Amino acid sequence: MSLLDVENLRVSFDTRQGVVEAVRGISFTLGQERLGIVGESGSGKSMTGRAILRLIRPPGRVEADRMALEGEELQSLSERQMRKVRGRRISMVMQDPKFSLNPVMTVGEQIMEAYLLHARDSRRAARRKALEMLEAVAIRDPERVMKAYPHEVSGGMGQRIMIAMMLIPDPRILIADEPTSALDVSVQRRVLSIMDTLVRERGMGLIFISHDLNLVSEFCDRVLIMYAGRIVETCEAARLHEARHPYTRGLLNSLPRLDQPQDRLEVLARDPAWAGGDA
Amino acid sequence: MPRTATTGGRLPAPLAGFLGRALATAGSLAVTVLGLLFVTFIIGRVMPIDPVLAVVGERGSPEVYAAAREALGLDEPLPVQFWYYLREVAQGDFGTSLLTARPVVDDIARVFPATLELATLGVLIGVLFGVPLGVLAAINRGRWIDQVARLVALVGYSMPIFWLGLIGLLVFYGILGWVGGPGRLDVFYDGLVPSVTGMILVDSALAGDWMVFGNALSHIILPASLLGYFSLAYISRMTRSFMLEALSAEYITTARVKGMSEWRVVWVHAFRNIRVQLLTVIVLSYANLLEGSVLTEIIFSWPGIGFYITNALLAADMNAVLGGTVVVGTIFIILNMLSDLLYKVFDPRAR
Amino acid sequence: MREWLLSDSPASRRQARLGRLYAGWLTFRENTLAMVGLGILVALLLCAALAPWIAPHDPYAQDLAMRLKPLGTPGHLLGTDSLGRDILSRLIFGSRITLYIVTLVALIAPVAGLLVGTVAGYAGGAWDAVLMRITDIFLAFPRLVLALAFVAALGAGIENAVLAISLTAWPPYARLARAETLTIRNSDFISAIRLQGAGPVQIITQHIWPLCLSSLIVRVTLDMAGIILAAAGLGFLGLGAQPPSPEWGAMISEGRRFILDHWWVATVPGLAIFTVSLAFNLLGDGLRDVLDPKTGGSQ
Repeated sequence: MSLLDVENLRVSFDTRQGVVEAVRGISFTLGQERLGIVGESGSGKSMTGRAILRLIRPPGRVEADRMALEGEELQSLSERQMRKVRGRRISMVMQDPKFSLNPVMTVGEQIMEAYLLHARDSRRAARRKALEMLEAVAIRDPERVMKAYPHEVSGGMGQRIMIAMMLIPDPRILIADEPTSALDVSVQRRVLSIMDTLVRERGMGLIFISHDLNLVSEFCDRVLIMYAGRIVETCEAARLHEARHPYTRGLLNSLPRLDQPQDRLEVLARDPAWAGGDA
Repeated sequence: MPRTATTGGRLPAPLAGFLGRALATAGSLAVTVLGLLFVTFIIGRVMPIDPVLAVVGERGSPEVYAAAREALGLDEPLPVQFWYYLREVAQGDFGTSLLTARPVVDDIARVFPATLELATLGVLIGVLFGVPLGVLAAINRGRWIDQVARLVALVGYSMPIFWLGLIGLLVFYGILGWVGGPGRLDVFYDGLVPSVTGMILVDSALAGDWMVFGNALSHIILPASLLGYFSLAYISRMTRSFMLEALSAEYITTARVKGMSEWRVVWVHAFRNIRVQLLTVIVLSYANLLEGSVLTEIIFSWPGIGFYITNALLAADMNAVLGGTVVVGTIFIILNMLSDLLYKVFDPRAR
Repeated sequence: MREWLLSDSPASRRQARLGRLYAGWLTFRENTLAMVGLGILVALLLCAALAPWIAPHDPYAQDLAMRLKPLGTPGHLLGTDSLGRDILSRLIFGSRITLYIVTLVALIAPVAGLLVGTVAGYAGGAWDAVLMRITDIFLAFPRLVLALAFVAALGAGIENAVLAISLTAWPPYARLARAETLTIRNSDFISAIRLQGAGPVQIITQHIWPLCLSSLIVRVTLDMAGIILAAAGLGFLGLGAQPPSPEWGAMISEGRRFILDHWWVATVPGLAIFTVSLAFNLLGDGLRDVLDPKTGGSQ
């Protein structure tokens, strides 16, 4: 059985100018695999992640024919039941640790809280777990980091803390929403490989949302290409170069390559028809 | 405050930052108070009443008049006179009140606790109701409770405080008889407890005299509630807007992703972030109440500093007016700067 | 007409500007409370303009036989005061005083602030430092107490009350104008004008002032209620308009003595003050929603 099964997911926002559709009917399944979702900003990829966690708030609206976690329909859960899903079964790492960590709580408090929200355990045990988890994300001096405030740690370390915090309740699925876009290029890969190792060790499903086709193809098994709220193409990461859709080709060709230098990078072509037709 | 890494004999960084900022604030405080003194000095000079006449009387001979003028330092150039004025103020000398024939400083020391008591209780009421109302409005943005909170605040901003005081007296004292009338105590209870702090609620509690305490409470509750309402209007609006900002932050999404209850998201994660901002707002509204209690004190014959200044004003007792203005102004300025300083020292974004 | 106004591609600058105004008006119109505020203020203006024709009595005419009559007395809808004067007529004529005070303060304080702020912002350097220091000093003063002290020195009266309120009200405008000037000063079109040989006075008065105006107007609208309350407070203390003038704050002060037995004498003028300042607050709120949707509804 697949971990996550999404059919015809739609996210729309009621605004004064009318209804804006951010996601227009996408379907996909996720197994114990690493699934990449790639698209430019505004393509609806982040909304997809948040819709799965039911974190879209009014005036946003989420509709789907089916949105099942290990066979259980998420849309029929009460808010209280949904809280047991968030963190415990599906977790999410967001873009910039500078904003996604609470600036006035220590790192330790925030990690222990994530654990204690789902486990009936003592603070002492939570503390031990948190230290273990910080070690697992390759933080050398976890005792010191536990007592630090988010503004006292670097971006790369912040994001590793975020990963530790999101993995501590042992979820089945991790959604990583542009987890490295705010980081220095030099630490991006390190953070990603730490996340990758943990996800594979635990046999989790990963949804890796990014605009960076290169990174995604390197760290994922399968890639969905989104454009204007729709999935325009799905393919194996390893066979991305065989992609047929003009938009995917455009994305691929707009990347500079060392082995095939070009005088000019291609400008991404956009065709409104892609948003209308089905993938 | 974050844990501080003390290295060697040096001051921990936040403390050093605090001292630096405190110094800068003290400097700007001094300049501002000097400005206030200059303004009151000018007001005292343009006053159409001749201070010399007040001393020598209408029938003094020109020689006596000139001597008195010299004695008062009025023949000196203005900057020198300002210097004399500063020297006097620095020694706590605001002259003698015409109305009470006592030094203005003593008068102020006597009436100030009444104002302090009233404003403190007022701001407490404002915080107690204003903060929850603001938070509720923010988490129910656009719904009926938000509209109610908005209306409550708008009415507060639009209501003439002295009028509301009159209506309050009419309804709760005149018609319902629920509260004590004007003044701080019924005459019967006057002077029963020794004055320690000058605040009757505190003094009577210290003396363990709960009859006096109850009577004082029945007198203060109406004016304090009124002042509380006005600070509530301001505090609830500010709380709402801080809260909205905090709730839209990404770390709130993080908290929700963790699977936290909405209650915990709001009161632990969002509220912790606005505490410092709120504190500065509360200090500011406290300053505003100290000043804004003038009209309330008149309505309720509350013998505080506003009542004192106004009465002095109507009697053209300029020493008392200016002395009171300087004292209220200085406290107001200090609280103002304190709120600024609090923000800079404790807000993580300013650190 | 509507199409022309809302066109996405206006043909002229005038059309674009009118179109923006119209779009703003459409947003504004949706805000019921703001419309109520506007309605009240229009009614107030009409009252003030038509006072001699709509007031049932002479506001100063005393009739001791008819003193302290309650609400609904035939011929005196809102009753009479301690001298038998018709309260309704006094309210109607009092609206003129309220508008007079508000208008004067709304002219003096922002203009003074504009002057200080633009000079500080444009001149920069020592001028900026000194002027802003003064502004900050005034900003830190307790406004009501200072206004009291000013009136005490200048003597009671409407004009002095206006002056005292203006003296304490200008600093926020100076700050606002300075901030606007700083952003305008370095823009290309100012450099272009300077290259054409315009002097600083000309640049400030003809190019910077007009651009500061819109933000100042919103601020003034939001401050109106405060001005009315301050004026009424001074009137109540007997430091503003002098009797027998039908100023609302002074009317409350007169009625105060009878509050327990003849409550309407003080209550009715208070309601008038409340209604008008509420109207200004509602209007200001609505205007801010239109002009600055980001901060809409939040303080």
